[in-house]
Amino acid sequence: MTTAPSRIRVVDVNGVMRVEFTDRDILDEPSIRQIGAELTRAIEAANAPRVLICFQGVEHLSSAALGALITVNSLIKKRGGQLRLSNIKPSIYEVFVITKLHKLFQVFDTAEQAMQGFGRA
Amino acid sequence: MSSTTGDSDHGSASIAEDNRQIEALQQRIDQLLAARQFGDAARFGIRLSLEEAIVNGFHHGNQRDPSKPVEVRWNISADVAEFHVIDQGEGFDPDAVPDPTLDENLEIPSGRGIMLIRTYMSEAAYHAPGNHLEMCYRKPATR
Repeated sequence: MTTAPSRIRVVDVNGVMRVEFTDRDILDEPSIRQIGAELTRAIEAANAPRVLICFQGVEHLSSAALGALITVNSLIKKRGGQLRLSNIKPSIYEVFVITKLHKLFQVFDTAEQAMQGFGRA
Repeated sequence: MSSTTGDSDHGSASIAEDNRQIEALQQRIDQLLAARQFGDAARFGIRLSLEEAIVNGFHHGNQRDPSKPVEVRWNISADVAEFHVIDQGEGFDPDAVPDPTLDENLEIPSGRGIMLIRTYMSEAAYHAPGNHLEMCYRKPATR
């Protein structure tokens, strides 16, 4: 059995789990399922996880990807943590606004802004 | 199958639930749109709408039966891009899908595809019994 290459990069920055995507397009279901599974594993391994998902380089996003984000957000909240999003290009942010999900997520222009007050002092 | 007749590019494809086939179709249509000077915002919205329509066709229409294809037809002219996405399912009532933007539905992870299609395309309608989506994008009029 072969293992699919990881579709996310996760690095610890001052106690914050910073996540980046390796793909430009987050559209198809197999990729989204894999991203969801990788994020779930990382979140379940942490206590009160603080997670920053950085969308740098992401060009397209489908409603299935939004669904995965909602599921991840619920899991993080259930574990007493917090999720922030950053670097969402305007065309994709518009998808958040149309679906009103910008009200559900904490969205920041840059990763640096998202990190303020988020990581360990 | 595709061809150019008169002032439009038209064609059809019967695709399986295979990411490579979907992506190849998306790229082909995007090239046709680019050749007809559809802008970045239009192409973003059309790509997203096609993705949502095709995925809905496989999931909700064909119930993920791998023997059932989804058919996509297109007709792209200078100002209008028309699409038909047809699955092999029994259809559904699109008006029965709950509004995903209501506060009480925001945390439900599914049910946003149809509203995205309706937002990004100029027109979108399901033909009875609901397994045939017809949608079109019209370039905004220039002054």
